[in-house]
Amino acid sequence: MSQPFRTEKGGRIDRGAQLSFNFDGETLQGHKGDTLASALLANGIHLVGRSFKYHRPRGILTAGSEEPNALVGIYRQGDQTPNMRATQVELYEGLEAISQNRFPSLGFDIGAVNDLMSPLFPAGFYYKTFMWPKAFWDRVYEPIIRAAAGLGKPPKNPDHDKYANLYAHCDVLVVGSGPAGLAAALAAAETGARVILCDEQAEFGGSLLSEDGATIDGKAASEWVAETIAALEAKDHVTLLPRTTAFGYFAQNYVALAERVTEHLSDPDPKLPRERLWQLRAKEVVIAAGAIERPMVFPENDRPGILVADAGRTYLNRYGVKVGHKVLVATACDTAWQAAFDLADHGTEVVAIADLRHNPPENLIAIAEARGIRVERGCVITGTNGRKRVSGALLGRVSPNGAVSSAGEVTCDAILMSGGWTPTVSLYSQSRGKVVWKEDMGAFVPGLHVQNERSAGACHGVYGLTETLADGYAAGEDAAKAAIGKTAKLTYATASGADAGTGGTLGDLPHDRNASRVKAFVDYQNDVTAKDVKLAVREGMHSIEHIKRYTTTGMATDQGRLSNMNALQIASTALAKPLTDVGLTTFRQPFTPTTFGTFASTSRGDFFDPVRKTPSHDWAVAQGAAFEDVGQWKRAWYFPKDGEDMHAAVARECAVARESVGLFDASTLGKIEVVGPDAAEFLERMYTNPWKKLAPGRCRYGLMLNDAGFVIDDGVVGRMAEDRFHVTTTTGGAAHVFATMEDYLQTEWPDLDVWITSTTEEFAVAAVQGPKAREVIAPFVEGIDLSADAFPHMSVATGTFCGVPCRLFRISFTGELGFEINVPRRHGKMVWETLAKEIEKHNGVPYGTETMHVLRAEKGFIIVGQETDGTVTPDDLNMNWAIGKKKADFVGKRGLARPDLVAEGRKQLVGLLTEDPKVVLEEGAQITKDANPATGTPAEGHVTSSYHSPAAGRSIALAIVKNGRALMGETLNVPMPDGAIPVEVVEPIFYDKEGARLNV
Amino acid sequence: MSDLLASEIYAPDAAETPLLAIAGVSVLKAAPVTRLSFRGREKARVAAGKAFGADLPVIAMTATVSGNRVAQWMGPDEWTLLAPETDLSSVWERLEGALSAEPHALVDISDRQLAILVSGEKAAWLLNSGVPIDLHESALPVGTVTRTLYHKVPVVLWRIGPDTFVVEAWVSFMDYVSGLLVQAAEELKAA
Amino acid sequence: MLLIHCPYCGVERPEIEFSCRGEAHIARPADPSATTDEEWAEYLYLRTNTKGVYAERWRHIHGCGRFFNAVRETVSDKFLKVYKAGEPKPDLDQIAKEAGK
Repeated sequence: MSQPFRTEKGGRIDRGAQLSFNFDGETLQGHKGDTLASALLANGIHLVGRSFKYHRPRGILTAGSEEPNALVGIYRQGDQTPNMRATQVELYEGLEAISQNRFPSLGFDIGAVNDLMSPLFPAGFYYKTFMWPKAFWDRVYEPIIRAAAGLGKPPKNPDHDKYANLYAHCDVLVVGSGPAGLAAALAAAETGARVILCDEQAEFGGSLLSEDGATIDGKAASEWVAETIAALEAKDHVTLLPRTTAFGYFAQNYVALAERVTEHLSDPDPKLPRERLWQLRAKEVVIAAGAIERPMVFPENDRPGILVADAGRTYLNRYGVKVGHKVLVATACDTAWQAAFDLADHGTEVVAIADLRHNPPENLIAIAEARGIRVERGCVITGTNGRKRVSGALLGRVSPNGAVSSAGEVTCDAILMSGGWTPTVSLYSQSRGKVVWKEDMGAFVPGLHVQNERSAGACHGVYGLTETLADGYAAGEDAAKAAIGKTAKLTYATASGADAGTGGTLGDLPHDRNASRVKAFVDYQNDVTAKDVKLAVREGMHSIEHIKRYTTTGMATDQGRLSNMNALQIASTALAKPLTDVGLTTFRQPFTPTTFGTFASTSRGDFFDPVRKTPSHDWAVAQGAAFEDVGQWKRAWYFPKDGEDMHAAVARECAVARESVGLFDASTLGKIEVVGPDAAEFLERMYTNPWKKLAPGRCRYGLMLNDAGFVIDDGVVGRMAEDRFHVTTTTGGAAHVFATMEDYLQTEWPDLDVWITSTTEEFAVAAVQGPKAREVIAPFVEGIDLSADAFPHMSVATGTFCGVPCRLFRISFTGELGFEINVPRRHGKMVWETLAKEIEKHNGVPYGTETMHVLRAEKGFIIVGQETDGTVTPDDLNMNWAIGKKKADFVGKRGLARPDLVAEGRKQLVGLLTEDPKVVLEEGAQITKDANPATGTPAEGHVTSSYHSPAAGRSIALAIVKNGRALMGETLNVPMPDGAIPVEVVEPIFYDKEGARLNV
Repeated sequence: MSDLLASEIYAPDAAETPLLAIAGVSVLKAAPVTRLSFRGREKARVAAGKAFGADLPVIAMTATVSGNRVAQWMGPDEWTLLAPETDLSSVWERLEGALSAEPHALVDISDRQLAILVSGEKAAWLLNSGVPIDLHESALPVGTVTRTLYHKVPVVLWRIGPDTFVVEAWVSFMDYVSGLLVQAAEELKAA
Repeated sequence: MLLIHCPYCGVERPEIEFSCRGEAHIARPADPSATTDEEWAEYLYLRTNTKGVYAERWRHIHGCGRFFNAVRETVSDKFLKVYKAGEPKPDLDQIAKEAGK
């Protein structure tokens, strides 16, 4: 198949391995080793996308991750990933890519009308155009803008790929594998330090991979790269990570890497993750990120076929691709001349080298003339022709006073440009270092170090191959010494060729065109022109941060890498301020776009969060239970039978539990073993209740406050022995209560001889509740007299259950006779299944959390977090009985005396009954005096719990109501969208007020 | 498994199928053991060591192994004591008998957590899929015992050999830990 | 993610093993009933919240479980000193001076 722009020979591609791929429906050929960009160029395709705002035809501009234009969608396994940079996408057999931001086709795009209407879209046009009428914003403007703007289409299906996470540590991280990075890695590895070398590209070598002319230690650069990689690979303590981007530099040398594991494979093994997030902690970091070549800002500098010069050289030398047959080279620095020479040597016609400088180096001119290349000095491009591909350029002669006169027109099918080099200081900047301005280089370079890092090579402002290598070695040595205190002096390799060049320019270039009618792009990705930046300044944006946001230059994925310096210079000129006074915007993470999949890594699907299951879980699943999430726990919610809905199932479970017996899994309740001679004293201080006189074998309900006086937890506490308590907490409060107890013990009362241990998961807990509870458990209990006299309500004893050790509590959260059987967790399943079978003899039922909630609400028992919200006191809950009046102090006691807590008018717990017994109020609904209160009237309170109560034969509710206790019998209202619901305020207890059912 | 420091305490549960067994790494459920949490001050620590048969270490993150008794440092006044499953009551009685005069807290936590054995040349790599600390032997020598995290779950990590770790987590967290380990190891099976 | 040195374990560990419990050296009044409402409110709610060198309580909750104190520079997020619970409050001004803050 013909690849008309492929060279005869050369490059690092595998010419024996031809690959087919598809771009916008057309089948094309490339080679193994190509990127999508190089393969497209080999086929003569430059036009790959439409620009963001004006929908201008855009081509491939660069050969690296800084590419702003060539963003494509890649189809893989039935879904599409948008915004992949064609310059980074490795070609594989069958690759399918589509262009973006065009309709109906790349060649004919309706949105291109925006380009003709561009006077309507100046900088800040959002802020100006869509201001009136205000109401139009939500319904008209924003939807239209959102539909028209944006790049690519998000994938429609859930991501079927896997992503991995790895925490890693090393002595020295080297970011970038160009000459400086390789030298640094060699020097550091030689000391025995643990080294990680990462590079965003598929191959290590960086600029050396496209450096055909230079030699290192007398060898071809590519040969030196191969030998160096082999030497590094041979060391166990070195990890080489190709296709891995260091995208974020955080505190204390915490560096995030994104490794693309399978992105380059046509048929990846599904066992492999697509990407891996490396959460890396490096003792020392060497940043060898290189430099990015700046585009030149001349009118119509964005046509397809116009590339930065070094990209043209990379496509030629690394990929064997000519960017055109007739190439114009426009430059302000030396390095672009080498691109022109390499192209000419490969038989491409270089129509001219137009150098902005009046006196470029004579040796370059001599080489050009030897090749018969026309050289224009003091020359700029003042415009270009060609719609979907550049077809020619206007040249202008710049006089010493800056005036431009026409220097004719040239025909070409590609333009290579170079405004000079910008050191890539993004990672350094993310490390919180502050760059400094080097006037002689016209560049910002790293200044003081905040973290343990150093830069080397071009990102350090060091150019020329020999110098870069030396800078790399030194950085590697320095890093290893700092990390492990060792040095191993290597003989530095030296290079011949690839010398440091001179020159460079910033900002927009002079031209002889009507400035108001031409577009010279500063930021290709965001369609920001030199004109926009100047307009922003004229309209009052004087800070670079304001200019950035007003024009959007340097935003989005570019993060200023290509555009910052030119924009800064234009702003500096317009403001008539030195460039360093204009300031520099922040280089944010991530360095290049990073997928959500990588960030989420394994935290998705079944492993989004731990799923905690109780011992009865599998049994409940088999019974068809519905589950609810309580924190991380899965708890059986209700057990529907024969197509019952929740209402029917809960009504049945409630009724059976009160008539006969119910079985409930209470294993999730927090459990804390409090042990030591001062155990009772400690509980005296932590809970409102008195504990010292509680006899071993007895239980007490405990109420816990914070020192502000508000209820934070509750639970039953059993005294197992003089110095040992079994404390229970709410399910959700377990971790917090434990941490709070530790806090007081360690920091306020370290003198107390008491220690706490979490036993939440030591025990499985089955609650058997109902009039038949004793009969159900009796056959299995040994060593405990279950009679009402020997084992009354609120007792605890140890014995065995089904032959395994147990702590048996006689307690009730239902108002019925009840027992809670605590057994070692491993026996939980056996005990549960035994009881589940046993209750069948009494027509009993298993019940879930919903029935538990109804049963306790019928009795008016609170649930912390439902009746309370962190602002509720024991008195608000009518629970002053739980406070040990004689205690001098406990956590919360002083708080209870605070003025607001003793003031009149606090909200108090009450019961509510609706006039219509069938109406069940909504939990959280507000309560008012009037049925139709005026707007702005404060609510009197809110509904905290509301259910249909089988025992009461009607709906019931608990609520927190201002001065509620004084309102018994009065009618309040619960306003709802369909009208207010009248409710009567009643005592918050709806069943067995005397508690007779407990004492049986 | 010759590098196991504590094979007498932690052995794969023969009744359980391996969670993972591939070239490079295996994840096996450990058989039950007696686990006691011991808290107390210096005098209690010394007395407990004598009664237990293995000194309770004072050096952070270390464990004392003596026959089939292991005492792991969990904090400056907190140790986990390990013994064979069947020794629960004898160990309990010896300790409580010897410490009647010394304030302390002894709590049975045998059932609170489960242990798995992660071993093989890729064991450290596999654990680092969720363990945020450096597992290089220079940073975490053999014998180190420490609490840390595996992704979102607290775990106890005990390195009993260069390539062998005991990982303990509360029972209800173990499915998450072992499930993620197995998932993370999946790529090792790729061709 | 920060690295924090635990003075009990003697190692640096990642921040996710720790929890921060606010300003250090605020003792619960020995006799709360003797405090005025204002004093109690101050104990409950008022903190220095320094921009700069600040002593905080941290707990190595997923490690040895111990509470300890740490001096942290709240602007740079750098830990300047860690010390065990019960040890006296260091001279923060002196630490700030040494750190060049």
